[in-house]
Amino acid sequence: MRNDSESDEPAARAASTAVEDGSEPPSAAVSASKSESQSGPGSGSEPPADEDVSFGWEGVRTGFLTGIPIAIGVGGYGIAFGVLAAQAGLSVAEAALMSATVLAGASQIIAVELWADPIPIAAIVATTFAVNLRYSLMGAALQPWFRHLEPRQIYASLLVMADENWALTMRELKSGSGYGAFLLGSGIVLWLLWVGSTVVGVLAGDVVGEPAQYGFDFILAAVFVALAVELWDGASTLVPWLVALGTSVVAATVLPGRWYILIGGLAAAAVEVVRYDR
Amino acid sequence: MIGEPTVPGFLGGALSLDPVVVGVILAMTVVTVIAKVGGIWLIRHVELSERLEAGLDVLPGAIMIAVLAPELASGGPAEWGAAAVVVAVMWRTESILLALIAGVVGVVGFRALL
Repeated sequence: MRNDSESDEPAARAASTAVEDGSEPPSAAVSASKSESQSGPGSGSEPPADEDVSFGWEGVRTGFLTGIPIAIGVGGYGIAFGVLAAQAGLSVAEAALMSATVLAGASQIIAVELWADPIPIAAIVATTFAVNLRYSLMGAALQPWFRHLEPRQIYASLLVMADENWALTMRELKSGSGYGAFLLGSGIVLWLLWVGSTVVGVLAGDVVGEPAQYGFDFILAAVFVALAVELWDGASTLVPWLVALGTSVVAATVLPGRWYILIGGLAAAAVEVVRYDR
Repeated sequence: MIGEPTVPGFLGGALSLDPVVVGVILAMTVVTVIAKVGGIWLIRHVELSERLEAGLDVLPGAIMIAVLAPELASGGPAEWGAAAVVVAVMWRTESILLALIAGVVGVVGFRALL
């Protein structure tokens, strides 16, 4: 929490202001990060963030506020999970506990779909790991910015990382705002809505019926499409994205589970490593 | 053993915590935490070349595409149409919330129509 405030350390800040205009007064921070991200696509190809990335309240707050719309969308997804958990026979407390501790939507939905009596423990735990292994890659992608943070700040943030706030955080950090605590802040609001909507979903299980009829099943895809539009950076993204598209579609038809996400991401990174000099 | 399947949320069972269920949830939590922190832990303990960092740099977008492509490919015209709506709204407004709402409304609408 050292580099907490933007205004109390003018000397330390002065140097960085020249590099990056991420140090507006707190009240303007939210709108500032928004307008920065609009200029992001044009400047996104420069080497990432060696400017200062700090971990403080301003980042938590910005992450929390920016995360609200996404978290509301995730709430719809959480209701869907709650409904499915209720149908699998989980109590309100059990479903809420799972949402509060696992906090990984896709794996939770798959887990309650595998749920039976007796519980297939090994299958559920193994599948959960396989489905969530993609988070290793997502976390690793944050390293260019997170290397400026302390280990406890990094690992605490990663605990509340889910697909949606990870994507939001990548957008934020690529815009150069330097909010190292953005993942934590957006994760907290996501966690609140995720756990809350799970409870609602379990309680409303009988009334709600089939989640797909409200389009809840499309929320994750919609979030990712929207953020992909923002991350689009013209020619430099074209090749890795095409590689990811091709390999993931093929892998999805050949392999079970969600291995295709890891394979698509790794294939794109591998191609970029090979192409590096050209 | 696992609550009352027929009466979800019935007040009597709402707060029940079956020890086996709690155990499974904790095991799921442990493997998920390992998955979440594992990648960055590894990278922080291994020296990276610029070449590797260039590869790391394309991961975010590539992962998003890798999540999306198979999901949309396995969908139908309704999902494709709704994805196009999200792209259009996002492009014009740069508002994730609007794009999200338009996408969900779109997918429900297209599913009803198509």
